[in-house]
Amino acid sequence: MSSAPDTHAGRMVRLLIVDDSNIVRRRIERSQHFDDLEVVGTAANGIEALELARRTDPDLVTMDLTMPQMDGIECITQLVRMKPEVRILVISALADKATAVEAMERGANGFLSKPFTDRQLNEAIAELMY
Amino acid sequence: MLREEELKTFVDGTTRYFEVAAQQPATIGSPYLLEGEPAIQDYTGLISISGKREGVVYFTAPRAMLTVLLMKMQESDFSHESMRDLVGEVANTISGNARRDFGHDFVISVPSVFSGEKPQIPNPPGARAFVIPIHWRSHSAKLVVSLT
Repeated sequence: MSSAPDTHAGRMVRLLIVDDSNIVRRRIERSQHFDDLEVVGTAANGIEALELARRTDPDLVTMDLTMPQMDGIECITQLVRMKPEVRILVISALADKATAVEAMERGANGFLSKPFTDRQLNEAIAELMY
Repeated sequence: MLREEELKTFVDGTTRYFEVAAQQPATIGSPYLLEGEPAIQDYTGLISISGKREGVVYFTAPRAMLTVLLMKMQESDFSHESMRDLVGEVANTISGNARRDFGHDFVISVPSVFSGEKPQIPNPPGARAFVIPIHWRSHSAKLVVSLT
């Protein structure tokens, strides 16, 4: 998984990680195995995520849904409005189909249920990178 | 009121969490009805449930178990804050996964976390609290499910 993506013309893909758990944020950062992926920021809620997205201009965002202050669904809505080309992978414990459908309707591009393996995480990221 | 057959959702969720996140299965004991004071251990992560059902789901575990769980997750931070983060995340994951069976109207809160103090655990009228014993390696924890 180390070849440069054609879709990003050989440059690093910029990843923003959003989750209210430090452990999950570190886990995603540590477990992604892409040489052409650069973590540009981590946020613990939707408000922090939007602020960081303005400053760091991510190509890809992993997004938790259940978070304090601003939840993931609202954050997806505002993020897509701000940056329509961003790719969003929802990573959430909310495992029902209706939640996945709602997230997709708001603009998410993929959905991964917690708990997840490293392999599942990397496959889900790869689907949105390439 | 929570039916005994509905407990399977939480037993399965707990089993899945340890298999996937800890990469080592836990043994789940027979659930039993909680009577009297809740059995609280060093750290407790509590999720409030609203919507179609009301109540709480909480995961309570000893520090030693959480330390090993963090090690299995390749974590190097074993601080008090990491322990609090982990119990909250376990409770959140198991409760969120329950929406597979309980549906979209099973609304879960962000976790409240307790450590070192006796938590005030709400008990809605008509709810029955079941304890699901969790044995993992040499440690024991509990998931308590109390729902209308």
